[in-house]
Amino acid sequence: MAEFNLPANSIVKPGKSYPAAKSGGNIRKVIVYRYDPSTGENPRTDTYEIDLDDCGPMVLDALIKIKSELDSTLAFRRSCREGICGSCAMNIDGANTLACTKAIADIDGDIKIYPLPHQPIVRDLVSDLSNFYAQYASVEPWMKTTTATAPDRERLQSIEEREKLDGLYECILCACCSTSCPSYWWNSDRYLGPAALLNAYRWIVDSRDEATGERLDALEDPFKLYRCHTIMNCTSVCPKGLNPAKAIAETKKLMVKRQG
Amino acid sequence: MSSNSLRTPLGKVKGLGSAKSGTHHFLVQRLTALALIPLTLWFCFSLASMPAMDYASFTAWLQSPVSASLMILTVLVTFYHASLGVQVVIEDYVSGHGLRLASIIAVQFVCALLAVVGTVSVIKILIGGAA
Repeated sequence: MAEFNLPANSIVKPGKSYPAAKSGGNIRKVIVYRYDPSTGENPRTDTYEIDLDDCGPMVLDALIKIKSELDSTLAFRRSCREGICGSCAMNIDGANTLACTKAIADIDGDIKIYPLPHQPIVRDLVSDLSNFYAQYASVEPWMKTTTATAPDRERLQSIEEREKLDGLYECILCACCSTSCPSYWWNSDRYLGPAALLNAYRWIVDSRDEATGERLDALEDPFKLYRCHTIMNCTSVCPKGLNPAKAIAETKKLMVKRQG
Repeated sequence: MSSNSLRTPLGKVKGLGSAKSGTHHFLVQRLTALALIPLTLWFCFSLASMPAMDYASFTAWLQSPVSASLMILTVLVTFYHASLGVQVVIEDYVSGHGLRLASIIAVQFVCALLAVVGTVSVIKILIGGAA
């Protein structure tokens, strides 16, 4: 059955507290999920008090401040700090988003930070996305053609044809959408999830691609595609403002269209 | 996901490949839902406009060929739709392959049985008089 209860050794317990070094200032509590699978201990939530007057505006700034000033053992991924690499995707204030583009000012009360839901944990906020990346690879996200490329120019596309890729090509594969989807939580071993399906659709509607039918064939499956029940969590959390639910719906429409 | 398998993530994701089905199920589930809107409305209005809420008036109403035909249609479409819908719920929440398959088969058998029982009952009333 679907896992509604956590195994006993994964119940999250209250952890250590790191009080503010001095009183005054604009103190805010940051509550962070901590877990190291190699220790055999349960996950815990550590509480850090930080002075927002001495911290950058984004949640990622708070995490970097914690790591460099309070607790160097905290593990998280980050790279570009401007919402283009997708490394710092995590669950902040109850919703998946990028720590680097989530403003602390937009959060009321304590700042609660957990890893992306329902993924294996490597450590702390670092989740293992091997399955997620393999799902992306499985949709074969590259152009497939039989017609030979003209040696002297690019494969052309009209302005209208190119516009169909808007809202699709911008995906940064941060995994916020897939890991927010209940269908993905229960069946991520077979359901490809919103991110992989959005990217599959990005190639299905590309006018230059000649493998549209094969791509639809590969998705024609009760689990790979049809586990999507239009729950829309994917669209509401996407930090890039994309709409994976619509891409999936358009794919289903094409599936029906080719029936007759 | 089995943690002791050394199969690559891509190998696991590709698994047994596409089942090459799913669209028919998806489409028929929606078409039956659509058909149930007028059928259910018709059934509710028919009940509401009965002279009396008793066995005699209901069987008298069901002896009309139009009522009996639409009633059989309602029964068949309802249980077809129910079977398709419950199958999706089972596929979502029952993860073991054997248990999932057994549950789906059980639901399909029960829905088929109820559809036949309903149809036979309507036919019995239609041709057998108010028995």
